[in-house]
Amino acid sequence: MDYFAQQLINGLVLGSIYGLIAIGYTMVYGIVGMINFAHGDVFMIGGFIALISFLVLVSVGLTAVPVILLIVLLVSMAITALYGWTIERIAYRPLRHSFRLAPMLSAIGMSFVLTNFSQVSQGARVKPVPPIVTGGYTLHEGESGFVVQLSNIQIVVVITTIVLLGLFTWLVSRTRLGRDMRACEQDQTMAALLGVDVDRTISMTFVIGAALAAVAGMMYLLYYGLVDFFMGFVAGIKAFTAAVLGGIGSLPGAMLGGLAIGLIETFWSAYFSVEYKDVAAFSILIVVLIFMPTGLLGRPEVEKV
Amino acid sequence: MSASLPASSPPASNGSEPVGAGFILKKAVLSALVALGLFSLMVGVRTEAGQSGQLEYWTRFGELASLVGAVFVGSIVVELLRLWLGPRGGLGSFVPASVQSGLSVAGRYLAPALLIFTLLVPVIFYNQRYILDLGILVLTYVMLGWGLNVVVGLAGLLDLGYVAFYAVGAYSYGLLSTTFGLSFWICLPLAGILAAFWGVLLGFPVLRLRGDYLAIVTLAFGEIIRLVLINWQDVTGGPNGISGIPRPSLFGIPLTPGPDGLAAMLGIPFSPTHRIVFLFYLILALALLTNWVTIRLRRLPIGRAWEALREDEVACRALGINITTTKLTAFATGAMFGGFAGAFFATRQGFISPESFTFQESALVLAIVVLGGMGSQLGVALAALAMIGGFELFRSLEVYRMLVFGLAMVLVMIWRPRGIVGHRSPTVFLEKSKSISSDLVKEGHG
Amino acid sequence: MSSAPILALENLTMRFGGIVAVNALSFSAQRKQITALIGPNGAGKTTVFNCITGFYKPTSGVIRLTHDDGTQYEMQKLKDFNISKQAKVARTFQNIRLFPGMTALENLMVAQHNALMRASGLTLLGLLGVPSWRTAEQSAIDNAVFWLKRVGLLDRADDAAGNLAYGDQRRLEIARAMCTGPALLCLDEPAAGLNARESAALSELLLSIRSDHGTSILLIEHDMSVVMEISDRIVVMDYGVKIAEGTPRDIRDDPKVIAAYLGTDEEEAAAVLEAEA
Ligand SMILES: Nc1ncnc2c1ncn2[C@@H]1O[C@H](COP(=O)(O)OP(=O)(O)OP(=O)(O)O)[C@@H](O)[C@H]1O
Ligand SMILES: [Mg+2]
Repeated sequence: MDYFAQQLINGLVLGSIYGLIAIGYTMVYGIVGMINFAHGDVFMIGGFIALISFLVLVSVGLTAVPVILLIVLLVSMAITALYGWTIERIAYRPLRHSFRLAPMLSAIGMSFVLTNFSQVSQGARVKPVPPIVTGGYTLHEGESGFVVQLSNIQIVVVITTIVLLGLFTWLVSRTRLGRDMRACEQDQTMAALLGVDVDRTISMTFVIGAALAAVAGMMYLLYYGLVDFFMGFVAGIKAFTAAVLGGIGSLPGAMLGGLAIGLIETFWSAYFSVEYKDVAAFSILIVVLIFMPTGLLGRPEVEKV
Repeated sequence: MSASLPASSPPASNGSEPVGAGFILKKAVLSALVALGLFSLMVGVRTEAGQSGQLEYWTRFGELASLVGAVFVGSIVVELLRLWLGPRGGLGSFVPASVQSGLSVAGRYLAPALLIFTLLVPVIFYNQRYILDLGILVLTYVMLGWGLNVVVGLAGLLDLGYVAFYAVGAYSYGLLSTTFGLSFWICLPLAGILAAFWGVLLGFPVLRLRGDYLAIVTLAFGEIIRLVLINWQDVTGGPNGISGIPRPSLFGIPLTPGPDGLAAMLGIPFSPTHRIVFLFYLILALALLTNWVTIRLRRLPIGRAWEALREDEVACRALGINITTTKLTAFATGAMFGGFAGAFFATRQGFISPESFTFQESALVLAIVVLGGMGSQLGVALAALAMIGGFELFRSLEVYRMLVFGLAMVLVMIWRPRGIVGHRSPTVFLEKSKSISSDLVKEGHG
Repeated sequence: MSSAPILALENLTMRFGGIVAVNALSFSAQRKQITALIGPNGAGKTTVFNCITGFYKPTSGVIRLTHDDGTQYEMQKLKDFNISKQAKVARTFQNIRLFPGMTALENLMVAQHNALMRASGLTLLGLLGVPSWRTAEQSAIDNAVFWLKRVGLLDRADDAAGNLAYGDQRRLEIARAMCTGPALLCLDEPAAGLNARESAALSELLLSIRSDHGTSILLIEHDMSVVMEISDRIVVMDYGVKIAEGTPRDIRDDPKVIAAYLGTDEEEAAAVLEAEA
């Protein structure tokens, strides 16, 4: 039971990270109808920027951990958002009204570019960081001596995720920008006719998605204590899996899917085999889609003939 | 969605701004600022794990400055080019119409000419091992492209895990030959059948998914296969793969220096090049078989049903076409060709490991199909030549190779979203075969 | 020949969530006749078609089709593709659904898919190019040419369907449906968007399909001149229920029908009728 509780905590933390990335996929999909294959790499870039800004801050003599964390968070969100904006501008906007596969391939190309850019500019070796947020609480001590722990970093990840989700939900449901986004999702031409700046709205979608990915990248850095140039691929695929599992286009679905993938992965590693954890996640995706062809929370597609 | 809008939809909001020196300068400054933001930390600061495992960093402001400068100059150049090329500007309008029409005319002669040239490659370049190897590589991708073209180009099903079937073919041959000692010529059909079988196995439950759901499921399937290959050590050899896979024989006659080898039988001195030439013609034959079968299938009801499915699934159902079996056959046919190619890959390398079957490989083959112009056999061959050849040309760029390759992919898509060959040729005609502009051809939802 | 009507709907109901698009509808279409299904926008006509042709599974009710030889099919139980393949019902769509990137001729070849599949020995014989396949293919082309001629599109045979003019596309869709060799042809607003001359040609075409080929027709149409001219019987729907049924003459003078179309109540409509008389 204790072991189970511990895995549950670990799974939820991992799931939060996936969920943050998944939101970026789902938002872009909802509004421009394409799989943004480069999004996983945007997450990776976010992790790198967090790492570098952390290093720089420490070396200039800053010691207060909360202050460092806050600055790192803001810097990586800002710069990564700029990446999101640039990618849309260069690789997707010219293909906005093009055929379905062209933007997808352009995205795959962009993903290669980002992976390689980071490999070239920061080297191929894994970058470890010392634990930044340390300590934690012991929740329960079992008779067998197994201890259920909740570390501070886990708390940071979960709280950051919840706060950002709250902020984000407010943004989408209550602000002008959110309304424009939902309008573009329904019908871009009509939205444009009614005075919505479609270009700007789509840009903002990428910016927000990238900012959330940056948060995920930073959380990943803090939680696992390392980044490398290739981490975007696997995390990206899994977050996309999460978005599809939750029902692509649905924001709560993305978070739900992220949590589901995080839990599946953690529990599978804990009870069966670590090697096959990804196989388990992907297999469950396939099984869920067979029975719910539009994911857990996706709107069923009705085709009028 | 918006994807169905015509390309001439409302112009971008910045399209009407006056273009002058000030404007160009302003744009260049903005681009440089953006570049500064992007590269500030990623390029300006270099991190590396030091001796003690402690992370260190040093600054590279020189590089940063030159990069930002390059973006500034580049932006000016692009704007000037845009001015010079016309008001709509950009790469999009720079579609040489002459190349387009020229290609369709030359197409009739291009394909045979290309074929004759390919047949002659081993003769012309007999002593250039590098070119022969490259030729084999290109032909392998031509074959993979033609195989995937059945699924993506004809049936309009998006398959992001095609490499899985390539892997199934390769491992089928690798395992059957090393454990049971079966010969290449027995394993080749088996590899195709097994791959097709896996295609059906995957396709059966998932083919009713539409669009990007299908895409992600195929991607997941590709990853599952790769992960199983890595982890199922007892059977697949894990990350180390399978080595010592037998080389193919010319229907039982080995291409070895021994007394029963081909060279001895023909009474000519042995040369290792014989095997390379043999492999070259082997993959050429396999690729041509793929091409021939695909061209025939297109003219049969099944192939027409594939294309009809890509055009309009609902109409197909109303015409009594069983879309599940139709999709399955497309999936299985594509998988089978992938399996053949995989068996060839295994026998050529003599060694296989999961590393050869990553998502990048699937993406590359898909890029070949899309760049070729979906559904066009000639286009796919040209695209494979351009992509693989181009990738080789970039070899000197070393670490920057993938960077350039990725950028090239983006630019090519912007330049020609519909691929090199932008038209479809009908499968049957009464009077005259008129090619159909790709603007009319749909790309499917599945 | 069977004496049962070719198509009989019994208490057909189709719900979408809260909307009852078709409500306990019963009517029948007689063999070798043209039956028109009319009603104001949103009455549920297309939904009835979709139930008949298997795109929707009806919430309840029975749709029975009887072939000339007496074989019966309950359409709500058939798989969608079997409705064309076995029950021999072909249809067109309110929003034309051709294969735009394929030529007119290819469109008609696709329509003969099932026959050609058999002839090609499930592709194997066709791949080898055996003579029996070649003859089958040629006769399919001949059939397609026949229908292209009938709808006046022979000279456009090699043009992409997506490049044809609107009226031509409508006729090509009818030709494509006829190429499946249907016992019942369901047409969803075939005259929509046609000019007067084209509508007249369409009426002629439909009449000849009925008399020369013995195909029964079920027709949804808003163009009353076409409906009144060619229908043998008319069924009128409004809000998912049948409000009238009869010959064109009966329907023309039915105040309920006029009221439904004008959106007024019955007395007013009756008054309008009287004033006209
Ligand atoms: N798939 C669906 N989901 C929900 N509602 C539907 C669906 N299909 C049809 N409806 C509803 O059923 C009602 C009947 O629609 P239907 O298309 O059958 O009308 P119609 O008689 O063909 O009208 P029109 O003459 O305009 O074509 C409408 O209110 C429509 O919105
Ligand atoms: Mg209708």
